[in-house]
Amino acid sequence: MQPSPSPTSSSSRSNLAGWLYVSPLVLVLVPFFVAPILVVLAASFFATDGFGGLTPGFTLASYVEVLHSALTLKLYLATIKFTVLTWIFTLIIGFFVAYFLVFHVRNQLLAIGLFLLCTVPFWTSNIIRMISWIPLLGKEGLINQALLAMGVIHQPLEVLLFSDLAVVIAYVHQLTIFMIVPIFNSMARIDKKLIEAAIDAGASRFDIMRLIVVPMSKSGIALGTIFVVSIVMGDFFVVKVMSGGGSASVVSAFYEDVGVLQYPTAAASAVLLTLVLVAIVSLILRTVDIRQEITQ
Amino acid sequence: MSAVLADMPKTGTSKTVVPASTKAIAPSKGGRPWTFYVLATLFAAYVIALYGPMFCIYILSFQDIRGGLVFPMKGQSLHWFVDLFTQVRTGDVKGSFDRSIKLAVIVTIITVVVSFLAGLGFRKRFRGDTFVFYVMIGSLVAPGLVLGLGTGLLFQALGLNASWYTSALGAQLSWTLPFGVLVMFAVMSRFNHAWEEAAYDLGASRWQSIRLVMIPVLAPGLVAVALFGFTLSYDEFARSLQTAGSLNTLPLEIWSMTLNVTSPSLYALGTVTTIVSFIVIGASLGTIVLIQKKRGSQAKG
Repeated sequence: MQPSPSPTSSSSRSNLAGWLYVSPLVLVLVPFFVAPILVVLAASFFATDGFGGLTPGFTLASYVEVLHSALTLKLYLATIKFTVLTWIFTLIIGFFVAYFLVFHVRNQLLAIGLFLLCTVPFWTSNIIRMISWIPLLGKEGLINQALLAMGVIHQPLEVLLFSDLAVVIAYVHQLTIFMIVPIFNSMARIDKKLIEAAIDAGASRFDIMRLIVVPMSKSGIALGTIFVVSIVMGDFFVVKVMSGGGSASVVSAFYEDVGVLQYPTAAASAVLLTLVLVAIVSLILRTVDIRQEITQ
Repeated sequence: MSAVLADMPKTGTSKTVVPASTKAIAPSKGGRPWTFYVLATLFAAYVIALYGPMFCIYILSFQDIRGGLVFPMKGQSLHWFVDLFTQVRTGDVKGSFDRSIKLAVIVTIITVVVSFLAGLGFRKRFRGDTFVFYVMIGSLVAPGLVLGLGTGLLFQALGLNASWYTSALGAQLSWTLPFGVLVMFAVMSRFNHAWEEAAYDLGASRWQSIRLVMIPVLAPGLVAVALFGFTLSYDEFARSLQTAGSLNTLPLEIWSMTLNVTSPSLYALGTVTTIVSFIVIGASLGTIVLIQKKRGSQAKG
């Protein structure tokens, strides 16, 4: 499987060719990913004059400050709450939508059409999709109007918009697609004969789900989880707008710190968050070889 | 396994009476199981929740001057679209729109070329490939705002001015390239290596085999990468926030509008950006279909 023009190419030559092909990628990632991360890491050890000026040096003061503040724990708990809730809802909805498309829609073309229907909003603006909940969830929004008209409630519900509920709704609305696509991809690879065989052997619907479908879509679930967890944990925009300023996350606190030029504490908090994220992602990656998953 | 086989003769007789299709979770013919109706309802509810809110704001953007942020609809006009592009208080929508489109086009071109080359590189193992791959995944999952701040500070430290076509371009590429390469992997996994080998056997050079065999065969996939590059850049927010310099891109403009504009202008902007997105999606899907059709007719003719 080596489509190389010269049969004598040694391993060092194929190493060179490989690096040549990925060199443009590396040339972008080094200055715009590796270097900025190192800058943030360095800034977390610097001292500040409180006006945005940084004094090069090595102090752990920022880390001590971040780790000692009660706020940090609160922020992490809030972020973890949003992440777990969003993960559960996107996973359940994403899994069953993918399951429906793969195993219940008989017409292949229809299944692809419905799949595209799910993906189209992904290509449109996330910010606009978030704002679009305002006419529905607001105090005078459609849901409140409908509930009032039906006589279910007598006062408009205020928890619908600018609340933690609204934050989770906005996340699930935006991110379910990140679960659907990888899970759909792994489910589509399950050989239907396997399921027929299981049925012939007397397996119940629940057994098929538990013993065949879930284990075989594990890698898709893992991939979707990486996307959802890293996006929610790195987000500040949805939290800020949909909670109406009532809730905060680790990154929204980071944003506030940057706004008042507290670069070292912001950087220290960013480094800690990145470490947490790396730990979660590498835990997930232990269960699935993502590169093999995509190239197969 | 042996227990199952040993069981077969006993249960086999009764099992053969029941056709498998009635018990199948997804029978290829015959009646649908009850789960079908439950899941179809779930799917319909999901699609309604996906599109419903968006349609609300498209409808509300066509109100007249009395319009507010919620239903009921007050009159019909294009007032808020005119307002959007002529009023100063809504910010520099026209300029930011212009910049976002230009930036998205540049990002798209770079994303397609670099992802294609990286896709070629990753087909074979080379020393350090796993390292490059994980750096790329890191770039994908790192919090965008943090990376943006790092890039901004880096430019500051080097004495360079942050602007949308330098620092923001790079910051956006750190997000679109990993996506592009992942899509490229999926596309290339379906590429039949025999075609490439055939090209070499017929005396093609490496460049000829890429230009005359790989690019035409992979064209639909490259269009998909372009679609990713364009839309991810056109909507990118977190990484651009600290790197765009003094001139805003469109999502940054929308962000500042959400903080201080409470008129249907905001919805009108939503309608306009969605129309642009739909044109891009339509053009991309249309191109893919066209390429496939052309292939179909060539294969027949």
